[in-house]
Amino acid sequence: MYENMEMRQIFCESIDRLMQEDERIIVIDADLARGNGTLSLREKYPQRAFDVGVAEQNMAALAAGMAAYGCVPFILSFTPFATRRICDQIAISIAYAKRNVKIIGSDPGITAELNGGTHMSVEDIGVLRSIPGIVIFEPVDGIQLAKALPQIIAYDGPVYIRLFRKIAPAIFNDSYKFNIFKADMLKEGKDISIFASGIMVDESIKAADILQSEGINAEILNIHTIKPLDIEAIIKSARKTGCVVTCENHNVIGGLGSAVAELLIQEFPVPLKTIGIQDHFGEVGSINYLKKKYKMTAEDIVKVAKDVLSNKI
Amino acid sequence: MDSIEVGFLEEKSNYIRGLIVKEIGNLGVGHIGGCLSVVEALVALYYKHMNINPDNPQMAGRDRFIMSKGHAGPALYAVLADKGYFPLSELDSLNQPETNLPSHCDMLRTKGIDMTAGSLGQGISCAVGMAKASKIWKDDAYIYCIIGDGESQEGQVWEAAMAAAHFKLNNLIVFTDYNKLQIDGTVEEIMGLAPLDKKWEAFGWNVIEVQDGHSITQISDAIIKAKRSRNRPTMLILNTIKGKGVSFVEALGAKSHNSPFSKEQMHSALEELNLGGM
Ligand SMILES: Cc1ncc(C[n+]2csc(CCOP(=O)(O)OP(=O)(O)O)c2C)c(N)n1
Ligand SMILES: [Mg+2]
Repeated sequence: MYENMEMRQIFCESIDRLMQEDERIIVIDADLARGNGTLSLREKYPQRAFDVGVAEQNMAALAAGMAAYGCVPFILSFTPFATRRICDQIAISIAYAKRNVKIIGSDPGITAELNGGTHMSVEDIGVLRSIPGIVIFEPVDGIQLAKALPQIIAYDGPVYIRLFRKIAPAIFNDSYKFNIFKADMLKEGKDISIFASGIMVDESIKAADILQSEGINAEILNIHTIKPLDIEAIIKSARKTGCVVTCENHNVIGGLGSAVAELLIQEFPVPLKTIGIQDHFGEVGSINYLKKKYKMTAEDIVKVAKDVLSNKI
Repeated sequence: MDSIEVGFLEEKSNYIRGLIVKEIGNLGVGHIGGCLSVVEALVALYYKHMNINPDNPQMAGRDRFIMSKGHAGPALYAVLADKGYFPLSELDSLNQPETNLPSHCDMLRTKGIDMTAGSLGQGISCAVGMAKASKIWKDDAYIYCIIGDGESQEGQVWEAAMAAAHFKLNNLIVFTDYNKLQIDGTVEEIMGLAPLDKKWEAFGWNVIEVQDGHSITQISDAIIKAKRSRNRPTMLILNTIKGKGVSFVEALGAKSHNSPFSKEQMHSALEELNLGGM
């Protein structure tokens, strides 16, 4: 249904439909509406879709004010400017005050490509995850994004959406049932658990195929919601397979890998390794180039998976 | 400035435009509009007013330049290459893997870049910090900085403005590239800035409005005046045109911000600049 559609188009179409039904929804941009695909909403909703200019801090707290007035504002920028640039406004005006603001950060991690290091957020999940009370969601494909939006609106509280803007390979079909607090079982297996998010889900599926051909049966969970984690699903899978690899497009410090490790070390310790950006800043390059350079390809996952398997008790 | 020098700097500006067009044309996409609007300001600074030494990029007491609108890196790279900080051929590596010339200015990668930028609003604060440090070291340096008009919507710009006036940093000379455009539309429709001169005046700055921000003479005269400021930082408001010099880029308006730029467009732009063989 969303084949060949960019994630930003899917967001725009879906939010347009939801805005028709729900007058509380507001869409606010900080001079990146053209890039985020939301510019067209302004004709239809001249009051409810608008720009605040290049002023992200103001955008965040202004949205909190509107939320205090009963609105459900979505605020958008590139990932670094929607998170680290405004983390105090998010912490105080949005999270501490428990305001119903939805934050969209586009081009996370290496998907910032040619915008390079300044625009390549390796820390956004870490920053927001350590602020109490924010749901952190990274949609893996268009169907998931479209199905998530109504639940995100229905959820009364801050939600951060880590949004890849371009065309994401389809993982789900129309029959997919989404629950924001439940991880997706993409493939059952018994030898090793791969917990992945965002653009790393596709790599994980490829890795699992390679592993399968070598007789290793990997289980894959799409951890679309990094906070709160689906504790039950993660522990259940770790119990079953006895070892874990996490795969994320984020610093291995503070992101999915950290979150899973923090959980398992306390609840069910198993050998675990984290794939992702190994605690350095980003740089210009295509997604594929950077995946290779940062050892985030399917082949890298296979290598690390075998390493973890060899440590299994 | 005599007419020979003016002619030289005008020709230099045209040549720098050509280099920018080639950098971005080779890559196929880039921040073409906002690069072309700062050319004359950069040429006036780097070929006339700044105390710098390309053979010794870290020279003590040198003047500094901060491209706060960090996406105009390719314009600055063209100037730095022509000045000899690195070979002209390196311009072809713009935004290629492992490049020293990324989209946004990076002081750790590129010789001659005095400060990293790319997250709008921060560069001008860095410039204020440098001007303050220069006062403490008493090295008589001037600190130059270019900010965008869209960038000026960042609250941080006005925090920096307040600090610079408070510290009486007359060694700080900032340009606003007042091209009246940002990404989502015109500055006035997105988040109005006018009256920009009055805002800076109210913040305690010495404000000089340069009617034609593409006139080497007007920019140069304004810099000379700015250097004479006794105890206030100076804001030079440059009335510019986004995409200046390449008519089809100018015609794109706000869409010229970060635009695809084909080889054919590159060639026709070079033709228009009378740099056909470049
Ligand atoms: C903090 C921050 N927010 C957003 C961006 C994305 N961005 C890059 S350039 C730009 C528009 C800038 O407009 P202006 O300053 O007028 O630049 P110019 O017209 O000179 O190119 C935006 C929003 C950014 N780089 N940094
Ligand atoms: Mg502008």
